[in-house]
Parts: sequence; C-alpha cells; structure tokens
Amino acid sequence: MRFLSDAQVDEMTKRAHEIRQIMLEMLAMSGGGHFGGSLSVIEILVGLYGSVMQVDPARPDWPDRDRLVLSKGHAGAALCPVLAQFGYFDESLLPTFNKLDSPFGMHPDMHKISGCDMSTGSLGHGLAVGIGMALAGRTDGKDYRVYVVLGDGECDEGSVWEAAMVASHYKLSHLTAIVDRNQVSLDGNTEEIMTLEPLAERWRSFGWNTVEADGHDFRQIYKAIQDAQDVQSRPTVILAHTIKGKGISFMEGKHEYHYANLTGKELDIARTEVGRKVR
Amino acid sequence: MTTQTTRTLPLADLPGTDVAGQTLVEAAKQDPRIWALTADVMHSTKTEYFALAFPDRFINVGVAEQTMVGVAAGLATCGKIPFAAAFAAMLSMRACEQIRTDVAYPNLNVKFIATHSGFALGPGGTTHHATEDIAIIRSMANMTILVPCDIYQTREAVRAAIAWPGPVYIRLGRGRDPIVYSDGLNYQIGRAVKVREGKDVTLIGCGRTVAECVLAAEQLAVEGVDARVLDVHTIKPVDAVAIEEAAAQTKMIFTVEEHSVVGGLGGGVAEVLAGLKHSAPLRRLGVPDIFASIGPQEALLAKYGLTADKIFACVCAAYTSAS
Repeated sequence: MRFLSDAQVDEMTKRAHEIRQIMLEMLAMSGGGHFGGSLSVIEILVGLYGSVMQVDPARPDWPDRDRLVLSKGHAGAALCPVLAQFGYFDESLLPTFNKLDSPFGMHPDMHKISGCDMSTGSLGHGLAVGIGMALAGRTDGKDYRVYVVLGDGECDEGSVWEAAMVASHYKLSHLTAIVDRNQVSLDGNTEEIMTLEPLAERWRSFGWNTVEADGHDFRQIYKAIQDAQDVQSRPTVILAHTIKGKGISFMEGKHEYHYANLTGKELDIARTEVGRKVR
Repeated sequence: MTTQTTRTLPLADLPGTDVAGQTLVEAAKQDPRIWALTADVMHSTKTEYFALAFPDRFINVGVAEQTMVGVAAGLATCGKIPFAAAFAAMLSMRACEQIRTDVAYPNLNVKFIATHSGFALGPGGTTHHATEDIAIIRSMANMTILVPCDIYQTREAVRAAIAWPGPVYIRLGRGRDPIVYSDGLNYQIGRAVKVREGKDVTLIGCGRTVAECVLAAEQLAVEGVDARVLDVHTIKPVDAVAIEEAAAQTKMIFTVEEHSVVGGLGGGVAEVLAGLKHSAPLRRLGVPDIFASIGPQEALLAKYGLTADKIFACVCAAYTSAS
C-alpha cells in the first residue's frame, strides 16, 4: 500500500501533537534542550515508527528489525518521547531527561534507551554506521532496511560525503537517508553559514536516488520512503523540507531556538500553542 | 661500558602484517562473523589475504578512515566481528573520534589493526610516524591495546582479540621484525611476559623494543648487571601486578617504547608506580616530546636511544651513578 488512510494520518498527527507536548514539558523540567531540530524532525520519526518500520518494541534486539540511526543525535529530545509513545519504555521515565544518571540525555545512548539502535551525538557519524548495518543485512540475506536521519547542517561534515560515496559504491538499496532540511543550523540559516544548495544535485551526483518531500506531511514522507523500496542498486536520500522549531510560533525558522531554555512567558505561550492541538 | 651488541635476533620470514592477515583468514574460515575493512591500504595492511579469501566480508572504503570505522561499528551492532585495518597514524588520529565515539563509547566488538606504527614509516616523516597512538587510544574507556613484539605473538594477539569481547587496538609494525619467542606461546591479554628474570633493574618493552631490551639485558649481564625483561604486550589493561613486582624486586625500572614518552607504555607504567608507597625509580626511554626526524626505522630507533646498545649505555650510566 502506497497511501496512508485518513485514519492513519489522524492517528499519527495526534501522536505528533502529543509528542510535542511531552517534549516541551520534558525540556522545561530539564532546564533546556534542542528545541529547534527536535520539533522539526517529529513527523519524520513518527512517520517511520508509525507507518514504515518493521520493529517490535517487545524485542528491541530482534535481528530482523528495521534500524534507525538518529545521526542528528541532538534530536534525542524527540527520539525519546517517540520511542516511549511507540511502546519501548514507560513515558513516566522521561522527566529524568538530562538529570544525573538518567538514561536520557541530550544525545541518545543505545545501551541506555530501549529501541535506540546507535549512540549518536557528534555529527557526521551516523551514515557510515548505517552503511555497516545495511552491509551486514545484505550479506546475511536479511530484508531489513536501515534509516539514517541527518540534519541539514550536519551535511557540512565531510564524513557525510565520504559515507555517501561508500553507500552508492556498495549499491546499498536497503539504506535510506532522510535529511531534516529545516534550513537552519546552530549559528543561523544554512545558506548564510555554509551553502548547502544545490543539495539535491549534490546527493544525486554522489549516486543517490534523491527525492524531496514535505517533512511535516505524513503522506509525503510515507510515499517517499515506500517508493525508495522499489529502487534497486542505489541508496535513497529524502530531503525532507521542514520548519525548525515547528509547532511553537516564536521558534519557527529561528536559529536562536536551536537550543533554548524556556521560562516565563515564552513557556506559557509554548504550552498554549502545543496544548491546544492535543485533543 | 664500551660493550657492543654482538648478538642479533633472527628476523622473521614474514612481516607481522602478513602474519596478522593470514591469521585473520584462518580464523574467518571457522567464524563467519569475522569481517575485514580497510581504507585503500589493502596491500600495505595485508588485508588483501582476506579480500581474496572472503570478498563478501571484505570492505574497502577508499581513502576514508572515518567512514571505515563507522561502517565497522555498524557491522558490530549486527553481531559481526569487524577488523578495521589502516596505518596507525591515520587510524588513530583521522578516525580518532569515530574510534572513541562510535566504537569505544558503545563498547562495540570492533578490532583495529594499526599497521606501520612507530617509526615503521620513518622516511615518511611526521605525517606518517605513529608515536602518539598508544596515548590517544589508551585514554579511551573500554579499549584494549595489544602491542605484539614478534610474529608468534602477533598471531596470538589476533586470535585473542577475536575471543576478547569489546574493542581491541592491535599495534603492528611493517617489516620483518626480530623474533623473540617461538611457536606455542601461552598468551593472555593483560598478562605481561617475563622474558628474562633479573634482580637489579627491569627493562619494560612492548612491540619492536622487546627485542632490543632482550639484547641490552644480555650486554648488561656481561657487565654484572642483572636485568629483568618484561614484555608488556598489553598496554591496556596493563599488568599492574608484574609492574609492582618489578618495582619491589628490582632497583630501577626502564620503559622502552617506539612511541612518545608522553602517555604510552612509560605513561602507563608511571601511573601504576605512582600508586605505590615505595617504588624503584622509573626512566622512560622513547621519543622525547618532539616530532621526530626523517630516516629509516632502525636509524631512528638508534637516534632516540631505543636500540640495545643505547639502552645498555643508558642503564649502565643510571645504574652506576645510583649504586
């Protein structure tokens, strides 16, 4: 099936709203976090866990599972509530986020978080790791797929392009990279800090099947990922166009909220905006 | 004190890198989890044996050490035992963060074969000298570091690394190094080998310098100095018991390494001694805190005082002035 039903979209939309709310409270309690890039990636993660990935929260080490490497590990504040929502662990654990000895920090640890397939946090590492997972699966005759979620600013890292060469050289059709193209990195707009465009052309020239999608539209995310499964002998990259800080109006498109600590009036506004979408 | 080395140790028929490459192939015949990766140095690292024998489990990523290590980490998450091989200088420094963050931190079962270490590429100059790698890797939690001294120990180190859970960094040279041991070694990770008993001083070596320590000890014996030789082939976890024994039972300790005196074998031994109430004094022989000259390996070893004659002279001077 290449299309999501209205009910599926409604269900995932509801989840995404709830996750934004959980995340907001989690980061309010922890004294700050990576709001911008976590809010932009939520639909991508919910789309993957909610409609695409073959996983079993009861068996997080299931050898045949699809794998996800959150290469933009600073979106751990999104990944943790997503994994909780999809049943990997109890949501009541999330308020420990960033606190002493918590399993949850800004960047996810595979040995502390059930369902986390790789520890990440330093940018430019995840794509190579995903290649290793895809190579292992292919050699073992397994059909699982590997998803690597990258930030757009992360694509400044040379190691991303090293790995991009290797993935296409080894014809890893079971590897899909999703770039959270929110246009903003820590210091400002990506095109001002370090030009990424023509980003699609660049990926294409590295031998990748390259598609673009609205990264907040579950139907588009789903279709792009499903279409990637028809592509032979090439990895696929989805440039998912998103909005940094999506869902909290004063954060949207603003690099100042890459990392922030919300208090007072800002927190009130955020709670109101995020809360009214949760039914 | 004019004694010159008269004896030399026989050179191996094969470079240690060949032995490691062949050992890996033998092991991989029995164990399908073993993979090999390299970064356009298949011929130099001798992973070419593996490439020929198991092309489906061999990955050459091109000149991209960072990606090699990341790919190895990904393979390890799927239950493989990847061996990632490259020149020690580039592996430990270019891919340093990947080793630390993608392998050591998640404690993944990746093995590294770091070839051309120390001055093995002496004429290559500073870019190709690996005289900081032990210090770099040693500072990473979860890492095990093996520095075999001859082909027999190299073979055992590769086998032991396969059986050892977690990341292992195996440091090799390049050419046909002197043979210290014979076949049928009782090799245990973390257990130093007392190559020679002695009660006056202890010479501690690893890798290429063990042979020099052995020869220096023979020269010292002629002069009436009874030198113990300790082969600390495992830099981490280090055999603290053997070092503490040496500190208690002999009067001076000398570490000898083809590596900077900062943070390597000498650093590791110093850390053990620092915890003791009473200890014999320590002298660290190695590359002083400089970038070394260009030159052939043997010439550089001599220049920095790491050959038997130079070790002998250094020990004689220190021991005589202390006695």
